[in-house]
Amino acid sequence: MKAPPFTLHRPATVDEAVALLADLADEGALVLAGGQSLVPMMALRLAYPPDLIDINGIAGLDRIEVSGDHLVIGALARHHDFRRPVAPGPFGALLAHISGEIAHYPIRTRGTFCGSLAHADPASEWCLTAATLGAEMVLQSQAGRRAVPVAEWFEGAMATVREPEELLVEVRLSRPAEDAVWGFYEFNRRAGDFAIGAALAGYRLEGGAMRDVRIGVGAVEEVPRRLEEVEAALEGEAPGPEAFRTAAEIAARAVEPLEDFATPADYRRDLAVTVIERALLEAGADRPDQRGMAA
Amino acid sequence: MSRETFRLTVNGASYEVTAPDRKTLGDALREDCGLTGTHLGCEHGVCGTCTVIVDGRPVRSCLMFARQAEGAQVRTVEGLAKGDTLHPLQQAFIDAHALQCGFCTPGFLMLIVGALEQDPDMTEEDLAHVLSSNLCRCTGYASIARAALAAYPRPAPAAE
Repeated sequence: MKAPPFTLHRPATVDEAVALLADLADEGALVLAGGQSLVPMMALRLAYPPDLIDINGIAGLDRIEVSGDHLVIGALARHHDFRRPVAPGPFGALLAHISGEIAHYPIRTRGTFCGSLAHADPASEWCLTAATLGAEMVLQSQAGRRAVPVAEWFEGAMATVREPEELLVEVRLSRPAEDAVWGFYEFNRRAGDFAIGAALAGYRLEGGAMRDVRIGVGAVEEVPRRLEEVEAALEGEAPGPEAFRTAAEIAARAVEPLEDFATPADYRRDLAVTVIERALLEAGADRPDQRGMAA
Repeated sequence: MSRETFRLTVNGASYEVTAPDRKTLGDALREDCGLTGTHLGCEHGVCGTCTVIVDGRPVRSCLMFARQAEGAQVRTVEGLAKGDTLHPLQQAFIDAHALQCGFCTPGFLMLIVGALEQDPDMTEEDLAHVLSSNLCRCTGYASIARAALAAYPRPAPAAE
């Protein structure tokens, strides 16, 4: 179907964009970045914004830059821009791997990292990445700027603390330790579909024991999050299939899975265990592209 | 509803378009530029039939509004052949029987050309993932993959 009628605004600067939002957000204006979720929602008549504020013409918003302990990702950085490492070591390789799991190639050329965080789909790979690694969302409005840590960002499925008149101008994604190893695994029924279970797992090896373990799970609950119970079970243990399996099984008791017409809650509960186990196995596999700088 | 007049650059030619803001790039190509080689299928980004190349990158033209392509270089299936000489991928589609009804063909051609121009180093496995972007109800994809590999030979995977 065709999208319902609307007026397209094409600001040239962030200041112009937030001025338009200040004027029009109360009437339902929405920000248009990559449009790979919003435009289908309009075509399916699930969204009827009277105004779209298209930020694609704003110069400089496409930046991806390492800055101190984080990676600055501008509002127009596309999924596609991560396909080659944007940071040295395993971090850049991890983001390249994750980006390749998002939808399909011609969706990735338009869809944006920040758009994924603003849309907050439970199945979003980047929302899971931000929740697991840590991130700050930088919001700008005419009132100024504020930074929201990822722990306070999500309010539920497709809901965040962003106010309608605020523009998500950049995300500051925390850089993990250079000697950490990572694995990412997502399950869906067809290539490119929305994930129905996904996990991101990482740890550092210190004298044969796992330290600073991170386990994030996405597409299972309304909001992606770290599973501290699973992390605690792995902390200090030696990596291996049995340790991974035992810890992953804890997830079955820790999650409150989503349910839909195709996927019962118990299925997602089992899947949470499987995706965590497979992400850990991938992290534990010795692959040159994932080896730390010290390796 | 606002209606604007703007210019689109498609296959190197400039077209004046007057359209409501909600008109997609795909519809404007067909209705306002007269370039009906681009086909619209699902109109919500799932089937990939409407794929065109915008500033070098393959995109779904049903998920971009026409005005967003103002100032961009758009390429459609009409721009692939050089006069009477088909693009090597078009010839490969004929040779490999990579089309039956042909409805999805323009989308597959622009998808493959766009992705391989962007990422000429992609492997055969990467290419298979790219082909999963678009739907074909006739061929079962094997002949499309053969055509793509014939036009863009991939190096054999490195031995372990």
